[in-house]
Amino acid sequence: MENDTYDGPILEIDKLSISFFTRLREIPAVMDFSAKIMPGEALGIVGESGCGKSTVALGVMQDLGVNGRIVGGSIKFKGQDLNKMTQEELRDIRGSKIAMIYQEPMASLNPAMRIGKQLMEVPMIHEGVSEKEAYDRALEVVTDVKLPDPKRMLDSFPHQLSGGQQQRIVIAMALMSKPSLLILDEPTTALDVTVEAAVVELVKDLGKKYGTSMLFISHNLGLVLETCDRICVMYSGEAVERGSIEDVFDKMQHPYTQALFRSIPLPGADKNARPLIAIPGNFPLPHERPPGCNFGPRCDYFEEGRCDQGYIPMAHADEDHETRCLKFQEIDWNAPISVGAQTEKPEPGRVVLKMDNLKKYYEVAASALFGGKNKKVVKANETLSFEARESETLAIVGESGCGKSTFAKVLMGLETATDGQILLDNKNIESTPIEARDTQTIADVQMVFQNPFDTLNPSMTVGRQIIRALEIFQIGNNDDDRRNRMLELLDLVKLPRAFADRMPRQLSGGQKQRVGIARAFAGDARIVVADEPVSALDVSVQAAVTDLLMEIQREHKTTLLFISHDLSIVRYLADRVMVMYLGHVVELGTTEQVFAPPYHPYTEALLSAVPIADTSIKKKHIVLDGDIPSAMNPPSGCPFQTRCRWKDKAGASLCESQVPPVRVLADGHQVKCHLSDADLAAMEPVIETPIAAE
Amino acid sequence: MGLFILRRLGVMILTALCLTFIVFWLTNLYPNLEKLAKTQGNFRMSDEQVETFLGNRGYTQSLPVKYGQWVGILPGYVIDGTDGETRAKCEAGRTPTEDTPTFCGILQGEWGQSTVFRDEVSTIVGTRLGLTGKLMFWVMMVMVPGALIIGVLAGMREGSRTDRSLSTVSIVSTATPEYVSGVILIAVFATPLFGMQIFKGTATSAMDDANFNNFFLPVITIALYGMGYIARMTRASMTEVMTAQYIRTARLKGVSFPNIVLKHALRNALIAPFTVIMLQFPWLLNGVVIVETLFNYKGFGWTLVQAASNNDIDLLLGVSVVSVFVVLVTQLISDIGYVFLNPRIRIS
Amino acid sequence: MDPLTWTGSLGSILVPLIVITAAVFLTGLILQLIMGVFAAEVKLQTNADGTLQGRGGLLGRLEKYTGQLFVLLVMLCAAFIVLSWVMPYGDAGILGEISKRFLPVWIALIATFGLSITFKRKLGLYGKLFDSTIGMIGFGLVMFWVFTAIFVGLFDMIATHDPLSQISGIKNKVPGFVVPDAEAEGLYPHYLLGGDNLARDIFSRMVEGSVIVMVIAPLATVFAFMVGITLGLPAGFYGGKLDTTLSFLANLILAFPVILLFYLLVTPEIVATGLPNFLAAFLFIFPLVFFGVLINSRYKTQSRKNILYLAIVLIPLAWLYLSTISAKGSPLYIWPNALDGFDIPGGILVVFVSVVFVNSPTVFRIVRGLTLDIKTRDYVAAAQTRGEGTWYIMLWEILPNARGPLIVDFCLRIGYTTILLGTLGFFGLGLPPESPDWGSTINEGRKLLLIYAHPALPPAIALLSMVLGLNLLADGLREESLKD
Repeated sequence: MENDTYDGPILEIDKLSISFFTRLREIPAVMDFSAKIMPGEALGIVGESGCGKSTVALGVMQDLGVNGRIVGGSIKFKGQDLNKMTQEELRDIRGSKIAMIYQEPMASLNPAMRIGKQLMEVPMIHEGVSEKEAYDRALEVVTDVKLPDPKRMLDSFPHQLSGGQQQRIVIAMALMSKPSLLILDEPTTALDVTVEAAVVELVKDLGKKYGTSMLFISHNLGLVLETCDRICVMYSGEAVERGSIEDVFDKMQHPYTQALFRSIPLPGADKNARPLIAIPGNFPLPHERPPGCNFGPRCDYFEEGRCDQGYIPMAHADEDHETRCLKFQEIDWNAPISVGAQTEKPEPGRVVLKMDNLKKYYEVAASALFGGKNKKVVKANETLSFEARESETLAIVGESGCGKSTFAKVLMGLETATDGQILLDNKNIESTPIEARDTQTIADVQMVFQNPFDTLNPSMTVGRQIIRALEIFQIGNNDDDRRNRMLELLDLVKLPRAFADRMPRQLSGGQKQRVGIARAFAGDARIVVADEPVSALDVSVQAAVTDLLMEIQREHKTTLLFISHDLSIVRYLADRVMVMYLGHVVELGTTEQVFAPPYHPYTEALLSAVPIADTSIKKKHIVLDGDIPSAMNPPSGCPFQTRCRWKDKAGASLCESQVPPVRVLADGHQVKCHLSDADLAAMEPVIETPIAAE
Repeated sequence: MGLFILRRLGVMILTALCLTFIVFWLTNLYPNLEKLAKTQGNFRMSDEQVETFLGNRGYTQSLPVKYGQWVGILPGYVIDGTDGETRAKCEAGRTPTEDTPTFCGILQGEWGQSTVFRDEVSTIVGTRLGLTGKLMFWVMMVMVPGALIIGVLAGMREGSRTDRSLSTVSIVSTATPEYVSGVILIAVFATPLFGMQIFKGTATSAMDDANFNNFFLPVITIALYGMGYIARMTRASMTEVMTAQYIRTARLKGVSFPNIVLKHALRNALIAPFTVIMLQFPWLLNGVVIVETLFNYKGFGWTLVQAASNNDIDLLLGVSVVSVFVVLVTQLISDIGYVFLNPRIRIS
Repeated sequence: MDPLTWTGSLGSILVPLIVITAAVFLTGLILQLIMGVFAAEVKLQTNADGTLQGRGGLLGRLEKYTGQLFVLLVMLCAAFIVLSWVMPYGDAGILGEISKRFLPVWIALIATFGLSITFKRKLGLYGKLFDSTIGMIGFGLVMFWVFTAIFVGLFDMIATHDPLSQISGIKNKVPGFVVPDAEAEGLYPHYLLGGDNLARDIFSRMVEGSVIVMVIAPLATVFAFMVGITLGLPAGFYGGKLDTTLSFLANLILAFPVILLFYLLVTPEIVATGLPNFLAAFLFIFPLVFFGVLINSRYKTQSRKNILYLAIVLIPLAWLYLSTISAKGSPLYIWPNALDGFDIPGGILVVFVSVVFVNSPTVFRIVRGLTLDIKTRDYVAAAQTRGEGTWYIMLWEILPNARGPLIVDFCLRIGYTTILLGTLGFFGLGLPPESPDWGSTINEGRKLLLIYAHPALPPAIALLSMVLGLNLLADGLREESLKD
């Protein structure tokens, strides 16, 4: 049975269909899906949540749970049909020939088992090797995934490691038996951008070293571009386009792929001159798919009577490039993008919000469980100073633990500042908790939250929740007044008025986020803090929600504080950018200043880490070592010195001993760094755009 | 870790003080004392007579003082009674002598006298506790392994027929309190009513010589009620673990199903039931009281009933101290055990 | 009149059939259980014709057969019940006559199930209950006793004799015994389940007992929930010292052996001190506080509406409250008799209060845990950032979203309260000794258990079925609320 000289495709999926069966109906999750992976090749599957990409991976693993069934097609691994294998045969293949890496590293490791044991188990099961040999193998692989102090790693429990380290362990576990196929299901989604970049780099290197084929599943086009040779775009359970990376990225042949690329903020997009084009409508639910082309109702090229009739097969657009579109030969793919409504860049008005040397420290007991008196001070925000003007967008960028959420809490009055001041219209509010603020102040400063599934109370209708906000802001004289105002707010966020009586669970993520925005603007807020408002949304919805936010901002002259870790979207919509790291503002300036050299070394690394879905862009490769230090235990001197690649130039001892001063480089551009002016001036741009934006 | 145990001990002692004080207060309410006076003296005492009777025996002192004497941090009373007799607490209500100690409370090991059994409280509690210990040992031997096996089998494949049947069995057993299952079991297995007279309906003889015939019914009666509860906890914990990502990781690593259950799931799944088993003790005490009454097994629970229904204050206080102590110690063990079983907490 | 046999003329055919079916079904179930432990996982695929692949082999067939046997068993039992309705008196035996006595309950049950199943898609969580067999069985059992209590308590149906009257000559007599001179005195001709040691009809006492349980258990649980919620929400939400204090108090009560507490609290001496009245005054204030805060936090911004609603709810509640806690002769005689709607006997009050007292800390802990979880949600933060009061957040943002687990626990807790009431009865605490509640009757019956087993069994089985029903109902609700 074993055939080492096998040289056909490693994985060959042919017309695979998978359904889930519930009490009420059969829900087709994947339909008519075909793919092929050759030895050493990496295939990326891209699509929005619910498109069936993860189901494909589980189908390959034959692990669909109690309700899932393969209802058609075949999955051949090295020529053998996985569907026809018994449980024993499958068990032999799992872990030894096909290995899988998932989204959440913490959850994928057994919390009560030492890491070494979890790693050693793999060769011991599949190759029956001795414990000693398995240990040596584990040590070797852990060294390969570049973890420090491998022996200690093997002896620790998962919770003692950071997220990035855990994911490396999961990767090591997958590679223990040198599998021929590695399936990665959104392996970096839970990680910070700079850590993600390092993990992606590692996976690429190891893939080459071990000669493993990869099936890479992601919602991020940029990430697929960096890791894969071929790509398959999925939409609503079907593969809609398939081909090499270059073909699909540069010569796309399906309207969905095109729309997807137009809705993501690539360098060159600008909120005023070249706004994003959102895909209209919503992702269809699995049991509400339209007849004919699934993308039909949202497609610009939709033709009635043709696109909504019957089954649409995959067609060859080119050799090795297929598309599931009837009209791909008729569509002029090179037609210039009909640029959406261009708008004037509004002039920022007067200063409405001013932060001056704001500090927020927490006292935390050193050990949560065992108590004790030795308290630690966590410096969540350290000397924050900036101004925000009317109708300006200020982006606050940083990874986890940088203090951006704490800052929002202090501004909102949920926490009071330790030191410094916050001036709202020249009134001090830094030590006024929310209970003590007057209604007008509260209505003026509002917030849009990150998680759409959490932002609305699940047991209250949408209308009721908005009306409650109106009541509390004392708007409207009676119930009718408020109801009318609520309906107007729904109009404002472009939701049908019928939604007033819906429960939040009947809404999609994007719609919920719109309600959240309507609620924030109920009292005509002048300052809106948007805490990663689109990061949990699908790519195609992100653009629409972002545009909505921009539009309301223009009309209301709102000051928008946009908190995000996603530099692409920040570059697209922000007027000014503030980069934070471990509570410190390391760089502050206009968007142009921050995105061009001279950079703060952290900004430079951050820019390099963000994957960009454009084949024409050349990026400088900067991979940071290690993880973000814990805010409980920050490094001495410059907060970034442990991972900085410029440390030697500035003088290591200086960086390790002193917090750098704030330096003004140009008008409104400040950096917290010890580097000399000459070194800063010598920095090269991280991103090179060959063709300047039209 | 040491600090953690110390803190827990501190809370425990505070709880014990509060609880014993409440018991002390409730047993020393005036109507209770009046009843005591009338049962000990005679039933036709007038109100004044009751007053002097109680006063002479130190019952009319203020509550905190009495409590302090009982605990042993205040000197025991010495009262020159209106009837001319001098009574001292530390001489069991008789005239004090030269070697009468000043302090005689729980701390000095003086638990007082039982008015019903006419004996030292400490000896009564000791012997009765021994008998109940025997009962509890067998209950634990039946209940814990049984519950864990049922729970693990049911939880390892959620929604399967095995799961559904075993879950129903454990629901039925949690829905059957001891006084119901005891009555049914006796009616079925100890009377000729259903023609299955296999066991003995009383366990009085088991106090000296426990055997399968006279001890099976009381043991199984207590075990059944607790078994269902622990089994359901184990099942819930097991199903949760079985749907965890790391079980999927193990499965997709090629680990066989029995090994997934034994090596990967079991340890994580047993953390929750362990605490539940320990916290079961106050409940088990309930069962013990009911079963000992029902089967006439004169153990600790039976003593509690006797003490309470006869307002035997010292004995009742002694029984309360012991039961509160048992409950608190098991809570402490449960806390410490949880920390030890769970590496996530242990090393951090 | 002849004494009744258990099954009468139906016995010769139906009963053997039922017994055989039940035996085969049980054997099949056990076999299946044993095989199920060792069986391999089912391979999840479809057949060539598109149908789903079932589990093949011996086990698969066994599963199919036991399923069919279960249906057959249910149908046979139903046939027995229905047949007994049309048979003349006495022919259907004791069981048939009992089934006939419960006729109004059967009709009510059939109507409830028929309506509920017809409209189950429109009834939310309650409707979904009818998708789960376990939930339906549980609901059936609970409703059986609810309807029994209603028909017995309000319409005086079902029961055959007065639960307290004694008829000489039938002391400790077996089920189906003929009542002497029944026709002459216009009495029901048989003691269907025999007589107890005071020659009272056991069947009538059993159904009368359901009324007491059905009134006290749910009501006491409601009060325990009010207390637990009102204290648990702020403890979880604020944390800190308040939480530490309240949690300590809750743990204090939980560490108290329940029986000991009952023996200390539920005695005539304690009732004489008035302690239960003070406890009642403390515990029963919680519904007032709860509803007052609930309404006030919601309508604070509209003062006219606020006052109106507060008045509508609080005035009747306050009247109920004062009437309950104030009684003649108790130390809390603070409410003029003319306005006092009713008095609750001291015995019942102390039972009620101690059951609420024992249950509240557990509810407190559950609510506190749920609050700790839900308060981290963004919608709570959103409410905070728009300046909502903390009570609004607790009662209108957090509590409604904790309702799932609370409803499940509510069902379980009614069952637990029923058990507690039984325990009190079993030790002869609180309720008067002649009371027909299940705990007291079990207590009476068990004293002569080894000689006459029949008096203790009916109340024991009644209590078991009721608590089992509540547990199954809770399990069904939990299962269904976790789906989708």
